[in-house]
Amino acid sequence: FPIYYHLQAAVTEIVFVFSLPADIISTVEFNHTGELLATGDKGGRVVIFQREQESKNQPHRRGEYNVYSTFQSHEPEFDYLKSLEIEEKINKIRWLPQQNAAYFLLSTNDKTVKLWKVSERDKRPEGYNLKDEDGRLRDPSMITVLRVPVLRPMDLMVEATPRRVFANAHTYHINSISVNSDYETYMSADDLRINLWNFEITNQSFSILWRVWLWRRPWGPVRSSPRGSSRLMLGVVLSSCTVFEEPEDPSNRSFFSEIISSISDVKFSHSGRYIMTRDYLTVKVWDLNMENRPIETYQVHDYLRSKLCSLYENDCIFDKFECVWNGSDSVIMTGSYNNFFRMFDRNTKRDVTLEASRENSKPRAILKPRKVCVGGKRRKDEISVDSLDFSKKILHTAWHPSENIIAVAATNNLYIFQDKVN
Amino acid sequence: MGEEEGLHQTPFLDTMFVRGLKRKCFDGEEDIEGTLAGIKAIPSYNLQRQSLLDMSLVKLQLCHMLVEPNLCRSVLIANTVRQIQEEMTQDGTWQMINTQSTGQASLDRLVSTDILCRSSRDHQAEGKHGPAYGTFNKDFESDQAQDNSETMSTASAVQTPRNLQSNVWEMESPQENKGNFQKSLDQIFETLENKSPNTVEDLFSEVDNSYYDLDTMLTGMMSNTKMGHCDSLETFPSPTNTASNSNCKSDLNDLDHIVEILVES
Repeated sequence: FPIYYHLQAAVTEIVFVFSLPADIISTVEFNHTGELLATGDKGGRVVIFQREQESKNQPHRRGEYNVYSTFQSHEPEFDYLKSLEIEEKINKIRWLPQQNAAYFLLSTNDKTVKLWKVSERDKRPEGYNLKDEDGRLRDPSMITVLRVPVLRPMDLMVEATPRRVFANAHTYHINSISVNSDYETYMSADDLRINLWNFEITNQSFSILWRVWLWRRPWGPVRSSPRGSSRLMLGVVLSSCTVFEEPEDPSNRSFFSEIISSISDVKFSHSGRYIMTRDYLTVKVWDLNMENRPIETYQVHDYLRSKLCSLYENDCIFDKFECVWNGSDSVIMTGSYNNFFRMFDRNTKRDVTLEASRENSKPRAILKPRKVCVGGKRRKDEISVDSLDFSKKILHTAWHPSENIIAVAATNNLYIFQDKVN
Repeated sequence: MGEEEGLHQTPFLDTMFVRGLKRKCFDGEEDIEGTLAGIKAIPSYNLQRQSLLDMSLVKLQLCHMLVEPNLCRSVLIANTVRQIQEEMTQDGTWQMINTQSTGQASLDRLVSTDILCRSSRDHQAEGKHGPAYGTFNKDFESDQAQDNSETMSTASAVQTPRNLQSNVWEMESPQENKGNFQKSLDQIFETLENKSPNTVEDLFSEVDNSYYDLDTMLTGMMSNTKMGHCDSLETFPSPTNTASNSNCKSDLNDLDHIVEILVES
């Protein structure tokens, strides 16, 4: 079962490390208030963490996340028509905004999207007539008195129930889902098709097929604008579409140009004014009003540019990194290899490389910025490009919607960091 | 090169394919001095490029062996191969490879280009589409491989010579619509070549039925039995300049052999 411990560090404090025994975390997502953090893993499980309420008695425990609910969202399936096994790995989780006491989220594997309701139960009925307290049925002939069951408090129990199952709509693997701001519909996308669903209808969806030109430049994931579904959605062909494309730099061209310019993640800013895209080597910020080039480009790990052929050979060049905005859209974050992740401050133009690693994070140690040495002399704390561990990749990260709390998934470990508390 | 955890030792490839390095003209008759110095670099580049091509072909084969290929990845790799082909055509090495005498080593190259130029549009299996996905494809019930779009008119001219290629490759797979997949894929590649849309309106102004064909193909294809690796090579798109490969013939055994060579190299 999960083990977790607390570490403290200056600058960025490690609050919480949660370790899954055997499984790789495949997605991380805060809900709209940041109170809940959901992770999905390769085994089809969803683990939801809830933030501890701040208490005056223990101020240093501010922001600690504890396990709130765990459930099996997807099971492996076998598609008999196609003779293939469908992985239960959770590709994406999306929270719905909270409308009542229960929480709702969408979780998807390669083929099926499910709507889950997570609700608390802290009372239970007691005093049934037909069964006793153990649940055994009573002999009706033995009942002489009728009583009304009463609700009694019980230990809090969190239960997750599947409310909708949206299946059989994707030929290829679902790579992203996005809830429209009307909260009545959502989209699911694979490499070829985007399906627009109504939450109430599970047996059909409006399907948009990509046009021919997709073959030229494989398109990335799909997001809907926070401003409203009438607003353009990146890459979606409905009535209009704006294509954001930066002209290729001819001097930089190689056989790998197309692969590394392939977008692995796209995120609207919280303000809705900007879009951030992640390709293999950079993060770019685009202004929605200017589609011919990004307004900002950040190099994530440019030292890999000379290693592209090796990375093509070992398939790392196809790794899909995600990127996230902070609550105020002033800082962006994305992952890299060797369990490094990078943060870029858009205002000061400063950036930092940090590492999510237990070995280097002793209790009360300072979380030090890391640096990759490109050539020449390697300084003491630097790591050379050739020493990077490419099996340790941080693909999934999440940022709390309003506070400086981040969640970083490193293989089977979930790290939660926050600003240092004084 | 120091510790290399996770990175293979391909220093040449890495430096060769660093930005800016496009093709080198292979005209050895002129500029002897240049060639002397160039001789070391040029064959090396060609070798490395060939190696990249082989690597890509293997990846593509592996992709297609899956019942459900990762579409994005397949397309990216296929496009990489096309780029290499185009460059090799431009600097003449493509033709050179084709006219080489048949030795064992060059047989690899011949067959790998055979793979590239293989046209299964001979398999005009006009059979029905595979079972569509329930209600989702009812919008796309296009007629079988009918090119009613005018964008196909230029493509069909190029297609004709290839149709003449004999193809002894027997389709043993029960997938009757694989030929259509190949055809659709070719058409799509050709559409891209013949018509680069300059505006978004261009892109979306015409209904491209062949693309809907493609999706139905793929949907149908997926529901059939698993492809053997021989068949998977069929799905590789043909380049447009393979008129010289009219005698590309191979049988299953050779291809097995070659696949082994490619995989082991």
